[in-house]
Amino acid sequence: MRIELTVNGERQEADVWAGESLLFALRERLGLPGSKNACEQGECGSCSVLLDGRLVCSCLVLAAQADGHEVVTVEGLAGDGELHPVQDAFVRAGAVQCGFCTPGLVVAAADLLQRSPQPSDDEIREALSGNLCRCTGYQKILDAVSLAASGADA
Amino acid sequence: MDVLTPRSLDEALRLKTEHPDAVPIAGGTDLMVALNFDRERPGVILNLGEVPELRGWSRDDGLLRIGAGLTYAEAMAEPLRSLLPALAEASRTVGSPQIRNRGTLGGNLGTASPAGDSLPPLLVEDAEVEVASLGGSRRIALHEFLVGPKQNALAPEELIVAVLVRPSGAPQTFMKVGPRNAMVIAVCSLAVAVDRERGELRAAFGSAGPVPLLVIAPLAEADGFPALVASAASPIDDVRGTAAYRRHALRVLAVRGLERCLAA
Repeated sequence: MRIELTVNGERQEADVWAGESLLFALRERLGLPGSKNACEQGECGSCSVLLDGRLVCSCLVLAAQADGHEVVTVEGLAGDGELHPVQDAFVRAGAVQCGFCTPGLVVAAADLLQRSPQPSDDEIREALSGNLCRCTGYQKILDAVSLAASGADA
Repeated sequence: MDVLTPRSLDEALRLKTEHPDAVPIAGGTDLMVALNFDRERPGVILNLGEVPELRGWSRDDGLLRIGAGLTYAEAMAEPLRSLLPALAEASRTVGSPQIRNRGTLGGNLGTASPAGDSLPPLLVEDAEVEVASLGGSRRIALHEFLVGPKQNALAPEELIVAVLVRPSGAPQTFMKVGPRNAMVIAVCSLAVAVDRERGELRAAFGSAGPVPLLVIAPLAEADGFPALVASAASPIDDVRGTAAYRRHALRVLAVRGLERCLAA
C-alpha cells in the first residue's frame, strides 16, 4: 500500500507492507537511517521521532497510521549545516560513547527542551526514562541536556 | 494483510461488521510488538487513529464520557487529572513518555491484561465501558467487561467507544510495584479510595489475579482492610514475582494507600 506523509518538512510517498512499522518505512523505504532499530517493542527509545509534534517510538507506529501525518526524525533537527543545540551539547559534554542510543536521546531531549526550556534534573530524568544507553553513559547525557538548556556557548 | 482506515465511527463499525476478525489498532503499543515479533499476522488491521468520535472527553451532568482514544498523557493533564486523580497517577506509571503519548485507555481495555494500569483506578470509580456495533451501543460495568486474562466481553462486531465514569471526588491514589519507575509491567498494583460519602473503603488490584478486582469494605473497617485486599487476590508465581510476594506487597500497598487517603 502507498502512504503519503511529511518527513522533516518534505512531502514523501512510500510503498509499504501493511504490517510494517513507521521505523522500517523511515529506514528502509525513505533512506533515513538515523532512527535506530533495536528492541522493536518500545522499551529502548532508539527509534524515537516526533509524530505530529509528539514524541513516540516509531517502531510502535504502524507505517499506515502515519499516512497524512507529519514526522520529524533526528535528521530533521539540524538546520543548514548547524547542529541542533542538543546535538552540539552532546558533543561538548562527551555524551556519546557507542552512539547507538544517541539519535533517540537527542530527539527526546529536543522534545523536552521545546516544552520545558529550563527543566529540573528530575524533569530531565523523567523525560529520558524511555531511552536506554547500554554504555550507561547516563551522567554525561544528563549533563548534555543541562548544558543545552543553559544555552551556554561552546 | 490489509489496513483499513475509517474516518468516522459509523464507517469503523461498518468495517468491523464486514470484517469481524479485523484487529483494531489505536496507539499500537501492544499490537505493534506482536507484529514486529511475528506473533500475530491478522488478515485485516482496523486503524482507529482517524476516528474523531474516539478522541477527547466530555462532561454531561457530572458524567464523564472519555473517548477510547484518550492517551495516558491526556489522562495526566488537567482538568482530568483533578477529576480522576488515581487514573492520572496510574497513567504516569505507564511505560515512558513515548508510550504515554500513544497508548490509549481503549487499548488497555481491549488488551484486558491483568496488569493494565488504568483498570484498577477505573474499577475503584465504578467505570462503565461503552461498546458499539452497527446494531447500537451498550454499556458494560467494567468488572463485567473484564472476563479473564486478556479476555473481555466485547463481541466480534463491536468496538470499544468510550469509558463512562462519574468521579466520586473521594481521596484516592494508585501505587505500583516494579523494579524501576519507567517501563515497568506491574508486579502488582493497587488503587485505593476512601469514599466517605458512600461510607466505603474501595480498592482494586492489578497483576494479582486473572483480572483486576475491586474490594469494598465499610469505612469503619480500615484496620482489617489490608488483609481483606490481600486475601481477595489470587496471584501466581511468574517471571515478575512470586504469589507470596504479591500478596505481601498488596497488604503493604493497602496500608500506605489508606494512610494517604485517610489523611486527605
